[in-house]
Amino acid sequence: MVASGSKCRVCRGPAIIDLPRHNANFCAEHFLELCRRQVTKAIEHFAMFEPGDRILVAVSGGKDSLAVWDLLIDLGYQADGLYIGLGIGDYSEASAVYAREFATARGLRLVEVSLREEYGYDIPTASRATRRVPSSSCGLSKRHLIDKAAIDGGYDVVVTGHNLDDEAAVLFGNKLRWEIEYLARQLPVLPARDGFPRKVKPLVRLTERETAAWCVVRGIDYLVEECPMAAGNKHLAYKAALNAIEADSPGSKASFYLNFIERMAPLLAAERAVGVESVGTCRECGAPTTGEVCAFCRLVEKAGAHERVPVELVVGRWGKR
Amino acid sequence: MNPMKVLLRNPRRELEVSGHRRVNSLLDELALNRESHLVIRNGTLVPGDADIADDDTVEIRPVISGGS
Repeated sequence: MVASGSKCRVCRGPAIIDLPRHNANFCAEHFLELCRRQVTKAIEHFAMFEPGDRILVAVSGGKDSLAVWDLLIDLGYQADGLYIGLGIGDYSEASAVYAREFATARGLRLVEVSLREEYGYDIPTASRATRRVPSSSCGLSKRHLIDKAAIDGGYDVVVTGHNLDDEAAVLFGNKLRWEIEYLARQLPVLPARDGFPRKVKPLVRLTERETAAWCVVRGIDYLVEECPMAAGNKHLAYKAALNAIEADSPGSKASFYLNFIERMAPLLAAERAVGVESVGTCRECGAPTTGEVCAFCRLVEKAGAHERVPVELVVGRWGKR
Repeated sequence: MNPMKVLLRNPRRELEVSGHRRVNSLLDELALNRESHLVIRNGTLVPGDADIADDDTVEIRPVISGGS
């Protein structure tokens, strides 16, 4: 049995967090050092960006996006934020407040886009109009608007807050179905191509328990409540399965994902080359697309024409699929 | 002595728990995975072997996000 009052591995001061995957406990100062080191290692190892690059961080008001924005500024990078108002009732309103307050308190620039005000729809309505799970139209909308903001704003790179748990869960799902095309593209860096911006994930070496702890220790207020439309989705089920394994075998998530990147991803390089289709431009908005009209413009047309649907009517509908 | 107040999230609710125990024991009693939660005692993050007792206010904060 571990003695009460565990000590920091580095300085032997009182610990604030235990990290079984490192077989160690850390005080606040040395936990923050560990996070900085892990993020720096990811940025440098995967050549994500250089000092002086203009970075756009996709910010949701949750722990991961605020943690990665804070870490980048802390490490001396120049980074603006982009917040997309998805129109998911009180959840979106609260998340916007956290994103704005974070930016204002630190004098950072936050660009805001509202789906409802600028494109005439929101995610609950899009889900109903397309008869698809909310995450489908949510992901499509975010990808398009993040790409557009990065290109229009002249940014060198887009940063997202995907953490080790996110990547391990996606990998788990893709492996369950042996989705070779998706597996081939699951990398912490997506290079710029055909009008799409470069996208990187500096948090891939940190678990979400660690990104949440970074926020708590740094005094960052974030939206703790879960998106009401995410309840019951497969991604959460995969995370629960991986955390059950992690509890018995600490370090499993990191080796599952990071060894995939090191050992398996290189073997899928040929598959990545096959997957690249020729890309034209959307007739409506000029965005890169393989069709005549891009998927986002088709969504705007369909969801924009649909009667507005309150989030309460969509929540729970997809939970048991 | 007042019982320990335990704040849980998603959904938000509050429990009262009496008696001294370790953080990890409380998580086990509530059937909560240690990898999916942080524990904040009286406003400060604490590790799994920290002692918690009556008069403490304990937040058990889930860290799992559903997006991808």
